[in-house]
Amino acid sequence: MRLQAADVKLGYGDRLVVNGLDLGIEAGTVTTIIGPNGCGKSTLLRALGRLLKPQGGEVLLDGKRIDRIPTREVAKILGVLPQAPTAPEGLTVADLVARGRHPHQTWYRQWSSDDEGAVAAALDMTGLADLAERPLEELSGGQRQRAWISMALAQGTDLLLLDEPTTFLDLAHQVEVLELVRHLHREAGRTVVMVLHDLNLAARYADRLVAMRSGRVVASGTPHEVLTEELLREVFELDAKVIADPVAGTPLVVPIGTRSAHVSDSA
Amino acid sequence: MTTLPLRVGGLSWQVRPRGIAVTLTGLVLLALLMALNMRIGDIDLTLPEVIGGTFDVNSPAHFVIMELRLPRALTGALVGAALALSGAIIQSIARNPLASPEILGVTTGASVTVVAGVVGSGSVYGGVSGLLAGVGIPALALLGGLIGAAVVYGLAWRRGLDGYRLVLVGIGVAAVFTNVKFWLLTVGDVTDTGRAMVWISGSLNGRGWEHVAPTALALAVLVPLTLLGTRSLDALRFGDDTVAALGVRMNPARALMILAAVLLAAVATASAGPIAFVALASPQIALRLARSGQPPLLCSAVVGGVLTTAADLIARTVFSPIELPVGIVTAVLGAPYLIHLIWRSRK
Repeated sequence: MRLQAADVKLGYGDRLVVNGLDLGIEAGTVTTIIGPNGCGKSTLLRALGRLLKPQGGEVLLDGKRIDRIPTREVAKILGVLPQAPTAPEGLTVADLVARGRHPHQTWYRQWSSDDEGAVAAALDMTGLADLAERPLEELSGGQRQRAWISMALAQGTDLLLLDEPTTFLDLAHQVEVLELVRHLHREAGRTVVMVLHDLNLAARYADRLVAMRSGRVVASGTPHEVLTEELLREVFELDAKVIADPVAGTPLVVPIGTRSAHVSDSA
Repeated sequence: MTTLPLRVGGLSWQVRPRGIAVTLTGLVLLALLMALNMRIGDIDLTLPEVIGGTFDVNSPAHFVIMELRLPRALTGALVGAALALSGAIIQSIARNPLASPEILGVTTGASVTVVAGVVGSGSVYGGVSGLLAGVGIPALALLGGLIGAAVVYGLAWRRGLDGYRLVLVGIGVAAVFTNVKFWLLTVGDVTDTGRAMVWISGSLNGRGWEHVAPTALALAVLVPLTLLGTRSLDALRFGDDTVAALGVRMNPARALMILAAVLLAAVATASAGPIAFVALASPQIALRLARSGQPPLLCSAVVGGVLTTAADLIARTVFSPIELPVGIVTAVLGAPYLIHLIWRSRK
């Protein structure tokens, strides 16, 4: 287990979003957390990435309590791309990606050849080398998201947590980002945990799905095991047909209607 | 934002040639302005006399330069540098070019305690003028500045520190302090309030080595510390989650840098009163001159020194022989600049 949540209680202030949840992330897998809005999936991801301190239970990174490891050391093992991240105005792609080297730097070693190499490699991997000197705000949504992923890559971690990396992107750019994630996983064996909204893309690009509802894990396993018509009813209150994706063979969700709509129909 | 890598063995830095050039040019300009400033006094000196008086012990001007004019010029330069550095730190943390030590409650807090001290002590102030005016006022200012900052910090803290909340709480607290100050001025004796008014405008008049020493000491300790924190400051410009993900211990880093900014502003205010706009404008001017992404710390400090010294020169020459408090000039120059900033941020 690379990353583990053991009986975690998560919330903001007095409001508990997750009350006692267990989850294990195995090495070398792409795990996608799905669930309706407000089910606590982003909250869980933030806790796994030590951005949110659990009010109970613990998060273990490689078997050790993550809050007992110096945060800088964690940053060398685990990269987190927060939801809708913000950068200072006028920042160039290269400057942003260089920031990923922060945990490896000290005041007397601020820009080593390792740093330079890691940034160049990260830009190459995401195909942004030609845009390196452009300010972030001049980039398209997909390019910008790739720039943020590059920053996490430059951090040089083999564990990546991505919170809704495809939000605000059109379908082509969503696929582009997820292809990149798959590439990172297959080429370098990185372990990836992400939160996604699109169930069909989640099924196609994940080894394992974790379905959440009201702060609990309802089901976890391969996309075939998790994405069933019963689960969609239970977790999303959605009546849907699940067929085989004609391209990848993974489960494809075709919605019929929401449960509430059905109730009013029959009434 | 061109940078060059500088690598020596296992050590490595990124240097900005443009930033270094601006800083060095600023230092030369600062020396020149200080020399011009030291010409002025009861007896006007020529530039060679000023330079001779500074470096030659046997020069007839040596005593006047060393005892009166050099300490005053140094106070101006150091106070300006400290205010600008403080502003650069706060603007980086608040991610806002309109932020300055005023919003941290330092300058307004100092004004309240000083005015209270002067108005409250009444004739006593005049009676032991040397002691109370020389030591008591800076001590009161330092105390008030630290109390003001503690109030703002305490009210803004909510399981962590948020840049926007800090700015909003700061503006609110500053408004309260300013009104307490005006109330004290209204109830006070006319002669006392007159004295207090000069101080709260920010003045370098009659500043001696006792004003140079604390500011120099604060800068000597805090400049290296803040430079060590530059990388954290750079990271702190990002969203909180990004900062935390990069392994920065956010709250300690933020608290330490704010403490440094508060101390710099408080010491500067204790020496020369609340000189307006230097802390606000210098970092933004330095940022544009050096073409960097965030206010460059050393460069801002030098610009602050130059601005304050230039403003003092204007304050002493424009209505000569009447000398204006330097804070009046910085306020007159700074107000249009502030309007420009707000105008730009609206667009």
